[in-house]
Amino acid sequence: MGFGHIPFDVSHALAGGMLLMSFVLLYQRRVPGLIAALATQGGLLGLAALWQGWAQGAAGLYLTGLIALVAKAVLIPWALSTLVRRLGMHGSVQTALGIGPSMIAGVGLAALALVVALPVAAGGSALAQEDLAVALSVVLLGMLVMIARRNAIGQVVGLMSMENGLILAAVGVQGLPLLIELSTAALLLVLALVAGVFLTGIRERFDSLDVAFLEDHRGERR
Amino acid sequence: MGAILGVNEDSHPPVLILFTCLLAGLVVAGLAGALWPKAGRGVACVCLLAALGFVAIALFGLLRAPSAMVLPIGPPGQALSLVLDPLAAWFLLILGLSAAAASLYALADAAHAAPRVVAGFPLFVAGMALSLLAGDGVTLLLGFEAMSLASWVLVGYGHADAANRQAARLYLCFALLSGLCLAAALALWAASAGGIGLDVLRAAPPDGWRAAVILALVLAGAGSKAGLVPLHGWLPLAHPAAPGHVSALMSSAMVKVAIYVMARLLLDCAGPAQPLWWGVPLLALGAASAVLGALRAALEEDTKVILACSTIENVGLIVAALGLAAIFRAADLGALAALATGAALLHALAHSVFKAGLFLAAAAVLTGAGSRRLDSLGGLIHAMPATAACAGVLAAAAAALPPLSGFAGEWLLVQSLLAGWRIGPLPMQVGLAAAVALVGLAAALAAAAMVRLYGLVFLGRPRGPRSAAAREAPPLARAALIGCAGLTVLIGLAPGPLLRLAEEAVRTAVRQNIADQAQLFLLAPGGGATAYAAPLLALLLAAGIAALYLGMRRYSPAEPVLGPAWGCGFLPAPPELPFGDPLAQPSAAGFGQPLRRMLGSSVLGAREVVTMPEPGDPAPARLEAGFADPVFAGLLAPLAALRDWLADRAERLRDMSLRRCLSLSFGTLVALLALLAWLET
Amino acid sequence: MAAFAALLTQILHLALLLVLAPLLVGVVRWLKARLLGRRGASPLQPWRDMRKLLLKRPIIAESASVVTLAAPYVAVAATVVAALLVPSFTRGMALAPVADLLVLAGCLALARGALALAGMDAGTPFGGLGAAREMAFAALAEPALLLVALCCAILAGSSNIDAIAAVFAEGALGIRVSLALALAALVAVALAENARIPVDNPATHLELTMVHEAMILEASGRHLALWEYQAALALTLWLSLLAAIFVPFGMAPAASGPIGWLVGLAAYAAKIGALALLLAVFESAIAKMRVFRVPEFLGAALLLGLLGALFLFVSTGLL
Repeated sequence: MGFGHIPFDVSHALAGGMLLMSFVLLYQRRVPGLIAALATQGGLLGLAALWQGWAQGAAGLYLTGLIALVAKAVLIPWALSTLVRRLGMHGSVQTALGIGPSMIAGVGLAALALVVALPVAAGGSALAQEDLAVALSVVLLGMLVMIARRNAIGQVVGLMSMENGLILAAVGVQGLPLLIELSTAALLLVLALVAGVFLTGIRERFDSLDVAFLEDHRGERR
Repeated sequence: MGAILGVNEDSHPPVLILFTCLLAGLVVAGLAGALWPKAGRGVACVCLLAALGFVAIALFGLLRAPSAMVLPIGPPGQALSLVLDPLAAWFLLILGLSAAAASLYALADAAHAAPRVVAGFPLFVAGMALSLLAGDGVTLLLGFEAMSLASWVLVGYGHADAANRQAARLYLCFALLSGLCLAAALALWAASAGGIGLDVLRAAPPDGWRAAVILALVLAGAGSKAGLVPLHGWLPLAHPAAPGHVSALMSSAMVKVAIYVMARLLLDCAGPAQPLWWGVPLLALGAASAVLGALRAALEEDTKVILACSTIENVGLIVAALGLAAIFRAADLGALAALATGAALLHALAHSVFKAGLFLAAAAVLTGAGSRRLDSLGGLIHAMPATAACAGVLAAAAAALPPLSGFAGEWLLVQSLLAGWRIGPLPMQVGLAAAVALVGLAAALAAAAMVRLYGLVFLGRPRGPRSAAAREAPPLARAALIGCAGLTVLIGLAPGPLLRLAEEAVRTAVRQNIADQAQLFLLAPGGGATAYAAPLLALLLAAGIAALYLGMRRYSPAEPVLGPAWGCGFLPAPPELPFGDPLAQPSAAGFGQPLRRMLGSSVLGAREVVTMPEPGDPAPARLEAGFADPVFAGLLAPLAALRDWLADRAERLRDMSLRRCLSLSFGTLVALLALLAWLET
Repeated sequence: MAAFAALLTQILHLALLLVLAPLLVGVVRWLKARLLGRRGASPLQPWRDMRKLLLKRPIIAESASVVTLAAPYVAVAATVVAALLVPSFTRGMALAPVADLLVLAGCLALARGALALAGMDAGTPFGGLGAAREMAFAALAEPALLLVALCCAILAGSSNIDAIAAVFAEGALGIRVSLALALAALVAVALAENARIPVDNPATHLELTMVHEAMILEASGRHLALWEYQAALALTLWLSLLAAIFVPFGMAPAASGPIGWLVGLAAYAAKIGALALLLAVFESAIAKMRVFRVPEFLGAALLLGLLGALFLFVSTGLL
């Protein structure tokens, strides 16, 4: 089980593609570009789950893959882009952190993930360790996207990407109960729903999606 | 406690006697220059002869067994000694070549030379030569200090100008610092080794805390002389302040003396038993210097300052290679350590030749076109074709373009860096990968800096009447330039034979063999997995150019005609601007703008301020752009504040009564005696 | 016999690249035109333009010097030498032992320097502007390229392009995240080096955004032809390099004889065609970015290269 075996190579490549998409999310300034990158990442996740299903012979993973393909690669991006169109925001996302620093931070986080994941998965093969590291990087980068973007859309995208990373970690592990995956998927849908309502709400209230406007309305005194 | 390497039975080897005679000749020439300022031409001739003699001695030292000699002078109980071994000989070769070029240029300019320049120059050369061939710490320090003081005199030659005075003062401070640090390092080492001779030091390599302190002190001492970040602040001020040929020698040879001290003490004498981290500070500081120097070179607006900053870059690359060699040696990768040392030595030679030539070209431009500022030069290729052609070759070498001399050394350095991932823990690997990126960044920035320098000085239209009426350099100056350019081409075409010549020097530094990695026409590190064939590359390029030229003659015979520049339809300039509209040509700041925005703002604190006048105000809008080296704010300003504070404290001593003054002296005396008593026990 | 085959393939390779270069530019232009719903000029058009330019009389600016006359020859020769080093349809050509990735970068830097100096020679505003931008972008592209070389050197043991292609072609290395990252970095460098969208638009002469075209504004006649040819050859070279390193399949060893060469040629044609199509699709779909966002783009490439090396350190440490 290592490099050079097709089943592992393909899943590894799919995970690498997801990591690359995370960097695209971090780098991309424009909202449509963000959504497209998120959709691609979701599609790659779906493919990764299907491939794992075939490689591990686990039928449950086919379901996960299909859900991911339908929901993450098609439905959620579609919903997000209709939302964006309705709210009329095609311009660039204001970044709280510059592109350069956030990319450097991203590489640092990926390195951190590598260093952390190696001892944790020390029992597994080299590939499993790297895959875990990639999944953890995707999660961390998603969180970084949430931090680096002022715009609420950017934060939603970051959240989704984080969740992608979690599922990637889950499909890589053999024998994870289907129930957990289904419940995470359901959780995601609820999250997306809440986010959509939330976005429309703050847009109506403040005429902007900049979350900085919310800070004046916090309960406690600052 | 004599410091004699037991390699040559002859206690008075002729080669070292010749060397001593050359040193004496230089000192006499210096004194003669001080007494009779008219003797400039003769002094320059003596320097030229001595430099050529140094080259001959260096070749002898590289090809024959080491020889040593004790001089009949010196402090009590410690006679001065000279040792000519291959490592010293390699750096003596560097010194000889650059000093020959500089002396030749001085000969062309001898009629106008200031007395202190005439007197200081030979002493400067002698000091450098003495520190290179020193066989013990005292001689080393003596030569080093002679070099520092003589060059301080030379830096201060334009003392009528306040900026030059300040540069000389700053230079003196750094020279003192470097002397003190080196003296402290040698004293500490000698105390544990029981002697000051280099062979005694080599026999007792430092360890533990002593090793760390000696490393830090040597890095501070030699590093501040070489212009290593963060002790580089004086270099872009002091090197340009000296007269042209002295700047050339300072940038090409003096920094190499400092590098020699590092290689000698940290690689050769400290021995192979040092831990892995021993080379890390060298590598890190070297890479940082390379990037910072190259970035500043791409942004500065004065020809000589640009060249001085480029010196910081090249020193950084060489020191990084030395650090890499130390790391490889500690990791038991002997062939790679030899490769990295070879890269350092080769690049040191290449840099000294092309940088000497470039400084001489800058001096020729200053004489011929009357300015060092990029913004008042331009189009000099028409008035100074020979200088422009030589400067083109030299700048291409400085930009590390194949097949010239700058490329070979950097190629070897990157090759050894590419092999560095085999070493040790993850942080080391990541650091080496970052070093690869930094070296690449520095090389590309240097290329940008050289294109900018050459394009703004020699190409385009004149930016002022003085540069439109420029005159070509005198024949001897041109000869010096052509010599440097020719040597640059030769070094570029023959890196293999040169590396073979440096084989013994590499062996002296890291006790490893490099012969199998350097063939006659090829550089083939790592068992020949990849190779760089400079002569083949040059041949292919020449054949390509010739074939294209002939093809064009055949298929496109129309002779070109001259016409006004199109420039996307710019209007011709009004008659009061005979050289065209100066604003329609990139300025020095304008050409630096992309890099200033890309990297300058984060590294150098670059800023651009646009001042718009109020509506209705006829004043022009102004764009002000600039940058500041962080060292000035971060290191030099606090030091200056500390100095003022100390001076303030010391002022108070003056108000003391006589009794108190006496008690102060008395207390000092008693304390010194007590220290002596403690040391003697 | 082997030496003869190596020499012969080297000559064939050179002839192939020299003929192919303008054709490739024509094909990309044609594909872009088809994608945009236009008919597009014949792919042979660049060759026709070249012939037309050769017959014209060059006009040299009054303020220009010998640099304007000499630079195009130096740049084209340097690019030809670089092209000699990149394998196309076979491995083990005569120059394969010296086909080093860093030497290749050096040759391209030589061509770039000649181009920038030629841009500054006439003393016109746009030439200097383009030269400043070109050199500044190269300052980030070069370290990114070196990091890609590092990734390859870790896997293949050296930075020799032929050796890298040979090791990667065996397939024993498998597909790795680090290679994907290195590929992304190399693609970004290639786009910047060839002045393609999104870094520069090869089809525009809009003053405010251009880089490459700004430097050759004053060139005319055969000089312009040489510059156009240099750009075309550089594009061919970069696509071949991408194909040789990341899709090294189907390349015949030089000693395999004419049949093997033909197979290699077919594979090469398929790879280059696919890359040209990808390039055309990419350029049609993507907008050019602002000049001062290019450093971010190249900086991202640099960091991806670093990350690729990082993954390699980890995986080589484990295996």
